[in-house]
Amino acid sequence: MKYDLAVIGSGPGGYVAAIRAAQLKMKVAIIERYPTLGGTCLNVGCIPSKALLDSSEHYLQAAKHFGEHGIGTGALKLDWEIMRGRKDKVVDDNVKGIAFLMKKNKIDVHAGHATLLGSEAIRIVGADGKSTEITSTSVIIATGSKPADLPFAKIDKVKLISSTEALALKSVPKELVIIGAGVIGCELGSVYARLGTKVRIVEYLNSAIPTMDATMGKELGKSLKALGIELYLGHKVKAVDTKGKKVKVVATAPGGEDVELSGDYCMMAVGRRPYTDNLGLENVKVSTDPRGFIKVNEHLETAHPGIYAIGDVIGGAMLAHKAEEEGVFVVERLAGQKPHINYRAIPWVVYTWPEVAGVGYTEEELKQSNRAYKVGSFPYRALGRARAANESEGVVKVLADKDTDEILGVHMFGARAADMIAEAVVALEYRASAEDIARISHAHPTFTEALKEACLAATENRALHL
Amino acid sequence: MLEVKVPSPGESVSEVTISNWLRADGDFVNMNDELFEIESEKATLSVSAESSGVLKILIPAGTTVKVGALACTIDTAASAGTVPPAKVEPSPAKAEQKGAASAVVTATAQKIASPAADKILREAGRSTSDVAKGSGKGGRVTKEGALKAANTPQVAAIAPAPVPAAALANGPVAQIKAAPAHMPPQVAKVAYTGERIERREKMSPLRLKVAERLVSVRQTTAMLTTFNEIDMSNLMQVRKEYKDKFEQQHSVRLGFMSFFTKAVTESLKYFPAVNASIEGDEVVYHDYVDMGIAVQAPKGLVVPVLRNAESMTLAQVEMEIERLAARARNNQLTIDEMTGGTYTISNGGVFGSLMSTPILNPPQSAILGMHKIEERPIAVNGQVVIRPMMYVAMSYDHRIIDGRESVGFLVRVKEYLENPVRLLLQV
Ligand SMILES: Cc1cc2nc3c(=O)[nH]c(=O)nc-3n(C[C@H](O)[C@H](O)[C@H](O)COP(=O)(O)OP(=O)(O)OC[C@H]3O[C@@H](n4cnc5c(N)ncnc54)[C@H](O)[C@@H]3O)c2cc1C
Repeated sequence: MKYDLAVIGSGPGGYVAAIRAAQLKMKVAIIERYPTLGGTCLNVGCIPSKALLDSSEHYLQAAKHFGEHGIGTGALKLDWEIMRGRKDKVVDDNVKGIAFLMKKNKIDVHAGHATLLGSEAIRIVGADGKSTEITSTSVIIATGSKPADLPFAKIDKVKLISSTEALALKSVPKELVIIGAGVIGCELGSVYARLGTKVRIVEYLNSAIPTMDATMGKELGKSLKALGIELYLGHKVKAVDTKGKKVKVVATAPGGEDVELSGDYCMMAVGRRPYTDNLGLENVKVSTDPRGFIKVNEHLETAHPGIYAIGDVIGGAMLAHKAEEEGVFVVERLAGQKPHINYRAIPWVVYTWPEVAGVGYTEEELKQSNRAYKVGSFPYRALGRARAANESEGVVKVLADKDTDEILGVHMFGARAADMIAEAVVALEYRASAEDIARISHAHPTFTEALKEACLAATENRALHL
Repeated sequence: MLEVKVPSPGESVSEVTISNWLRADGDFVNMNDELFEIESEKATLSVSAESSGVLKILIPAGTTVKVGALACTIDTAASAGTVPPAKVEPSPAKAEQKGAASAVVTATAQKIASPAADKILREAGRSTSDVAKGSGKGGRVTKEGALKAANTPQVAAIAPAPVPAAALANGPVAQIKAAPAHMPPQVAKVAYTGERIERREKMSPLRLKVAERLVSVRQTTAMLTTFNEIDMSNLMQVRKEYKDKFEQQHSVRLGFMSFFTKAVTESLKYFPAVNASIEGDEVVYHDYVDMGIAVQAPKGLVVPVLRNAESMTLAQVEMEIERLAARARNNQLTIDEMTGGTYTISNGGVFGSLMSTPILNPPQSAILGMHKIEERPIAVNGQVVIRPMMYVAMSYDHRIIDGRESVGFLVRVKEYLENPVRLLLQV
């Protein structure tokens, strides 16, 4: 039997594409080389990291802030085994959920490593070495990414680890060095810093989360420092030595002098590389760019007609929800529909606490393009609910077109920003003006009032509570 | 800066109407993005960007212009990240509001489609300019507005109800099921509000041409229709048995259309007049078959032609139909691909028609109408049995085709289809 669609990889890109295709009455196969479904995101990415972030934040609250609420805890105890075990259970529940969804949608799950043999044929080699072959009219490559490392410092998974190992350490380390202050570095750095680890983050650029709006990087940097994390910004790592009992990382400071940092582990968080190992790209006309990302056209079709690629493996924002949108996009196009992805309206979130979230243009981008814009900001400390919750650290910043008042970007740092950004995404998709949001009722007292106030400030500098 | 000129949709066309802008002024467009649609007496075509950049529209939708006129420019120097905001057209409403409480100019929301509305408009080949007035906040185009626009008939988007085959400017409307099964043909729905509203819309150049030709066919030919019915049991059995193998072997689905095409080309051998046409006082016999088969295009039905269908295999017929259908869906068919057929098959069955009289596509002299397959009780050897049945109708020009020929031809088609093995044996 021939499938209408074969999806290689069961991450958020792949499994969502498969479900959408089944909804559209296609006969679908999904192929996954790992024993569990869900890809990076569910197994070693979004979900386990959030489980540990939530647990460790509870611990920090109990350790540092319960007293302010008048709650005494006696001697606080951390049981890492239970904390880590809960994370494993969360992952387990989630990946089983995907298996259920595949079954419910009558999607054939093939376990094994997929290699493209030609236009429509795919060989699947299982863990037991058994090889099978399937054929499919269309193929989606959703093979995702793997942690990247540096030419002189290769991940050994023992001392020099990636996020995957960092999510499953045997014990809470005393000292941890992290290379890279991007989203993953800041999130996992926060987890361990909250649990008492001395965390040192080295970053080549001059700010944490350098791709996001600069205000956010600045605010997050302050908050990480307050958590006890040492941030070495503008530092260039030149050597990592794993020979001794401790890992030693040598970096050149902006002034030119070398600093040496040591840790029980060094976590490499310098980004992720596309994963296309043994995928058989040489057997088809699929081409990659110099960094290994699969090249696609605006329909996400590769140079080989009928073979598409989505998610981390094609680059762009390496986010689960971006991969999902692309999966739905490709499948709906296959069904003759005409969907559209607005890449400007894909939000970015950093799940530290306070959280960081942003969507649309950053202020730096607007400056660079000489766009006339205006800014409206509103601090959490002026927000009743934030004070009530003991969460006064934070700011919401709205960027709007100077003439049309159209919202061009929204950036938030503060409690619950991850959830609050959704409203800004809707605003962007509907091309709302700052005044539009300002004229929409927001429940009181909530954190979302900060967005309304920032919009009032952007409209004509008339925030009510400032 | 790239200048985009109005292309010629075919020979002897000098004027076209820019019917639709698919992208907004000031948008950043990528190479191959569809920019606008043009409509002429002969066809509707879309024009794509040959390079990426920022679009500047020079001729508004609805304007009739000469071929070669400058339609828009694409500023290729601009990159995706530096798109300037879409120009705000001062709306009259805003002018009136001047001096009111808010001094701030709000973004002109009109012509902004919500994400769902945007998808609906794209699929219908429409743009926000087809929505009379956005009903959302600030005149935004809502999902409701987009649905209404998408369902308002435009350029023969829907065949006139009682006659499944209506001639388009370049041919009759034959129908095959070109779109995937999960895309039901859209049917216009008008909301009755209880008021006595009448709406008037200009007929498009294409529709006008269609109308003119339909009437002329009636006036200049002696059109008659003969009917028959086909027991589809054997054909369905063959298809059921071999459709997976066929698909594996040929990478194309096995449909009924290939059988009908071959049944017709084989039968035409015995009845050459059915494949002929009148030119002045001569009859032109074609010793080949160029088969017109209509497919669904975004703007309505078009009739691409399968060249030398007589020498194609079943698989080649299916593949060619699939190829032409894809081109039709993407508005890529050229005039050449749609002209010169010697015979046409139309399928009203797609819309559920049980019986109808197709209309000729001159200079062709005959057209076959397929219809819906329906289980019906019939008598076989004195027994009432239930069989999947299809009525077929052939309209023909009685000036050159005799009743004996037309009936004989249709009976032969019927026999081939009831016993597909005879196609193979050519008996
Ligand atoms: C620690 C961490 C935290 C993250 N947190 C977030 C977050 O909070 N929010 C967010 O949006 N994103 C987050 N991400 C990023 C997110 O996980 C990825 O963007 C997302 O998983 C990409 O999805 P994908 O479908 O493209 O690929 P993946 O999820 O990487 O899935 C690819 C799958 O394909 C399989 N595969 C590869 N090759 C083959 C083959 N040849 N045959 C068969 N199977 C194959 C792989 O085994 C894998 O299961 C995080 C990532 C990490 C590492």
